[in-house]
Amino acid sequence: MHNADKLPKKQILSLQLDLQKFEPASAEEKQQQERMRESTTFFRDGMRKLFRNPLSVFSLVVLGLILIVIVFAPMIVPYGYSEIITVNGRRDKTAKNLRPFEYSPVEQAAIDEGQQLFPHIFGTDELCRDYFIRVVYGARVSLGVGLFASLIVLVIGLTVGSISGYLGGKVDMVIMRIVDIIYSLPDTLMVILLSVVLDQVIGSKLAGTVFAKLGNNMISLFIVFGLLYWVGMARLVRGQILSLKQNEYVLAARTLGAKSRRIIKKHILPNCMSVIFISTALQIPSAIFTESFLSFIGLGVAAPMPSLGSLANSARGSMQSFPYKLVFPALGICLIVLSFNLLGDGLRDAFDPKLRR
Amino acid sequence: MLKYTVKRILLAFLTIFIIAAITFFAMNAIPGGPFDSEKAPDAAVKAVLEARYNLDKPVWEQFFLYIRNLLHGDFGVSLKTGRDISTTIFNAFGISAKLGGMAALAAVVFGLLFGSIAALMRNRLVDRIIIFFTTLFVAVPSFVLATLLLLVFCLKLGWFQVWSTTNQNFFLPVVALALYPMSYITRLTKSSMLEVLGQDYIRTARAKGVKESMVVAKHALRNALIPVVTYLGPMLAYILTGSLVVETVFTIGGLGTKFVTGITNRDYTMIMGTTIFLATLMVLMTLLSDLAYKLVDPKIDFN
Repeated sequence: MHNADKLPKKQILSLQLDLQKFEPASAEEKQQQERMRESTTFFRDGMRKLFRNPLSVFSLVVLGLILIVIVFAPMIVPYGYSEIITVNGRRDKTAKNLRPFEYSPVEQAAIDEGQQLFPHIFGTDELCRDYFIRVVYGARVSLGVGLFASLIVLVIGLTVGSISGYLGGKVDMVIMRIVDIIYSLPDTLMVILLSVVLDQVIGSKLAGTVFAKLGNNMISLFIVFGLLYWVGMARLVRGQILSLKQNEYVLAARTLGAKSRRIIKKHILPNCMSVIFISTALQIPSAIFTESFLSFIGLGVAAPMPSLGSLANSARGSMQSFPYKLVFPALGICLIVLSFNLLGDGLRDAFDPKLRR
Repeated sequence: MLKYTVKRILLAFLTIFIIAAITFFAMNAIPGGPFDSEKAPDAAVKAVLEARYNLDKPVWEQFFLYIRNLLHGDFGVSLKTGRDISTTIFNAFGISAKLGGMAALAAVVFGLLFGSIAALMRNRLVDRIIIFFTTLFVAVPSFVLATLLLLVFCLKLGWFQVWSTTNQNFFLPVVALALYPMSYITRLTKSSMLEVLGQDYIRTARAKGVKESMVVAKHALRNALIPVVTYLGPMLAYILTGSLVVETVFTIGGLGTKFVTGITNRDYTMIMGTTIFLATLMVLMTLLSDLAYKLVDPKIDFN
């Protein structure tokens, strides 16, 4: 018995379909429904575009190499970042300001006796410390600060921005006025001011904790980022949510009976995630810039711990005789920042929905 | 427009007030007063001194006195040198203003020039070279650039003399300061110029037989300027903070050097005065550039 026979008899002027007028699709017609190519998701499509962009691939390779070096180099190189070079258990005072791949007289004597010594790839500094490992740790600190500061900005900005965007009304107005005022504060000056002050205020409280090793200045840098830099992200998130809420496809989804949870998960979040992600990627180099700037004017990490900015700063005094000491950390900063900039641009080209064809 | 202007001016003054308040209370939070040094005077002398500088009054009263002094252009006295801070600032500001002004001018002029060339010569060799270098320069912090320029051109090649009061050569400091904003403006100009060049009114102008130079100068560049104007505020902020380190590197005795020395010496009143002065300058510059933006672009909604 055919399905159609089960239907009640069609009444005059009724909109009920008359199934008898339909017929099964032929094999040829069915073939048209076949998928011509693999369906692609937003993420996969974006990644494909990202890997087609030579500049993004270049920046990913550079960042990958830097990451490998800063993770594995301290395991391979037998020197510490604050350790004075020793030969046969005695401090080698001749290993001062060595040029790259040079050995001090004492070390040379030890090598002649048949000892194996690890070369000083970037030479040594004026306190007889291996410079390569200092640059590696400097890059670790700079990258870590950049990533962590961006994470703080992301979390605070995302929370405040979405609250403001979802709730709207008075809450939104109050938050946005605060954001306006913070936005108009000159951030670098405030970072400097707060670093100077927090250095004195929280310095004694930190002694003995994990943070003490990193130094008061870095903690104040994070605090300042948490206090000031989130406003850009909050504005971005709020704007995204506000404009996405009013899109036709959200209305269409609502008309079709979708719950708000599904709308947020399927329609709003995927569309603003990419923009937020890109802006976080671009926040990292700016945080690294700020950190190296502060280190350069003497407000950076605590003394034995190096950062690329503080290394460049201390190399300034002897730059005429030992220019490479300036060049290595400077090159490090430039490479990291350049790679993140290029990667951010590449991500934007690949993932920004507005730029998609 | 009037409503917007008034609103922005009020916000600017509120911001300056907030900056002054943050600076005052931040400095107040630092433990120890100015007369708590090793050679501390005895209690009676200290009391007299504190009364002399109003330090015996409650914090709120001190704050209002401080704001009143600020409004009279009185920034107090340096803790280290004992000199009047407002005199120091105004003396040092001249040379910084000259440096910053030249850098801003160079950044805008060359940025617009290179940006337009890159847009007009799209995908040609010139465009590629310009974009290559501007991408590179955006990744170089000003202090790295300043130090490298000093190292290569002053010390190694000897093309320029090292800065001294008798021999003031602004070329290298200006380059160090202007290269980043110039690269940014170049990229900004290129993308907005490309967008404008695809518009209908450019085609209309060309179809009418307007000379290509006129099309570029009058129709394209003018409209492409709008995004650049929005960048003027951030650019001035960048130049102001950048000059802190560039001046230090080139040992130019401007405001930046004074600020950085103040930080190194922990000269709190000096830091306070300079912060408020620079911040006020920055807020006013941003205000001006925002207002200019609204003037240049008639399409902007004032609310």
